[in-house]
Amino acid sequence: MTTGAKRPKRQTAKRTPPKAPPPWDPSIVVFACNWCSYAGADTAGVSRIQHQPHFRMIRVMCSGRIQPGFVLRAFEKGADGVLVSGCHFGDCHYIFGNERAVEQFEKTKEVVKLLGLEEGRLRLEWISAAEGVRFAQVINEFTDQVRTLGPSPWNGKRQQSVGRAAGQRPTTES
Amino acid sequence: MPELAEAAKKTKAWACYDCGKCTATCPIARVGGSYSPRRHVLATNLGQQREIVENNTLFTCLTCSLCDRRCPAQVTYTELVRDLRELSHGHGVEPECPHGGALQSVMRMMAKGGTQQNRMGWLSQDLKTESAKGQVFYWTGCTMYYDAFFPEFQVKTLEGTRSAVRLMNKLGINPVVSPDERCCGHDLLWNGDRKSFELLAEHNVKLVANSGAELLVTSCAECLRTWKVDYEPFFGAKPPRIVHVTEYLAEHLPDLKFDTDRAAGTGPDGDGSRGPVRVTYQDPCRLGRHLGIYFAPRQLLEALPGVELSEMRRSEAAAICCAGGTWSNCDRFAKQIQVERLREARATGAQVLVTACPKCQVHFRCAMKDPNLGGEIEIEMRDVVELVDQAVGQK
Ligand code: SF4
Ligand code: SF4
Ligand code: FES
Repeated sequence: MTTGAKRPKRQTAKRTPPKAPPPWDPSIVVFACNWCSYAGADTAGVSRIQHQPHFRMIRVMCSGRIQPGFVLRAFEKGADGVLVSGCHFGDCHYIFGNERAVEQFEKTKEVVKLLGLEEGRLRLEWISAAEGVRFAQVINEFTDQVRTLGPSPWNGKRQQSVGRAAGQRPTTES
Repeated sequence: MPELAEAAKKTKAWACYDCGKCTATCPIARVGGSYSPRRHVLATNLGQQREIVENNTLFTCLTCSLCDRRCPAQVTYTELVRDLRELSHGHGVEPECPHGGALQSVMRMMAKGGTQQNRMGWLSQDLKTESAKGQVFYWTGCTMYYDAFFPEFQVKTLEGTRSAVRLMNKLGINPVVSPDERCCGHDLLWNGDRKSFELLAEHNVKLVANSGAELLVTSCAECLRTWKVDYEPFFGAKPPRIVHVTEYLAEHLPDLKFDTDRAAGTGPDGDGSRGPVRVTYQDPCRLGRHLGIYFAPRQLLEALPGVELSEMRRSEAAAICCAGGTWSNCDRFAKQIQVERLREARATGAQVLVTACPKCQVHFRCAMKDPNLGGEIEIEMRDVVELVDQAVGQK
């Protein structure tokens, strides 16, 4: 019963809104290929290069794996920005994976445009394993860019009013 | 399991006498898939929810409704599979992400709303439309998304959309084409996501009601089914009349003036070759078996000067579907079904495979990309409306 006793307390603590809303930080999803960009992020880390921390990184074996579904789902789930990264041309571990990545990215961009989302929320960058500084730079730039765009319409924080009022689900069959 | 008992009642699954005709009919089972609709019916009747949810074969069904036709006990398996998918969705089961779930994500984002889509880019200068109010609402469907998403197949579903508007203009109608249209929700509903479907349905019904339109015309067979059947509970006092663009054009056939020279002389590629063009018609499952519209598109094709319709071996109620409806399934069996269907189309000697649903185009064009079979199964694909538009020409 200890958990039962604790729970109401937590809820009340959550419900009181803070006086001034804290400055907004975006949530960004970064897709990085295992051989270059992820290692580039590592380089930034071990060299202790400071950068903004508002992103989650998803490692894939090659940027060629990053199909529109990945990016679109990130947006659907409320990401404010998505960064796709991979090796420089000619450096892809699988030779032409990043060429595929470009094709997929272009397609994704078209769909994102149709949806009416700002293009600035999506970016493609090539970052090698040695480019720790560049990684930090790209992250900082992109984070600032997304911050000025504000929360995405599908970011839960902005999306209180969209849900439909709880009502009876209409039946399909008479 | 109360849900299962209810589904059994609603779809008459209880009446099943285990004859196995549905499985024998099913195009997936016929090309070697181990899919068995009969087993789902049986499991429903026995209340075996775990078997249904965990087995995760539900999304293999094309929902083509062929088995419904053949079932001697009139079990509507297609309705049943939809109910079962809804049940599975509640347990977190999703289709095995064809296209990485990209299209489902797009549809869900539309359901949540919050952005102004840029879906009007396809409207060319010569097309006259209204953006908010009018007598006739032209429901475009998501063809602009398909064309953007499948550039590698040279998908041109927007051509059909443009042709439809052009023809309506020629009939003296400036239809409403709204920038606020959202996905009809067909695929999400058939994937079991009823909540998102309801959001879309409410938005769309309100949009059309506010336009004051008395007639809604659409080129997409799936949108048509959704509007006619699945939106019914959402309609207010005065729902619009809903027709497919082929029905609409067939009604106005006497008013369409065909340019005989142009139509007869132009081959499918516009190469100027003389002589009639032989075409064959693919019945979209939504238009045919789901809604019983077989005649209108054929009536149009037969009326076109210089066009000769030659039917495939399996047509009308027996037609085989494009094996890709609802974006829930794509596997080697789907591919096999598509290849066989394309062979059938080629066997008619037709130069053009005509259809009345943008999705048929997407899926058959994908199958044609096969590097080994390409030459054997390739065939030009057009929408019925495109052919009508071409035949009317400048007149
Ligand atoms: S065809 Fe109808 S009666 Fe026969 S097994 Fe299938 S559902 Fe049952
Ligand atoms: S609806 Fe079509 S694909 Fe699904 S079980 Fe019936 S025949 Fe097979
Ligand atoms: S391995 Fe880095 S892009 Fe292919």
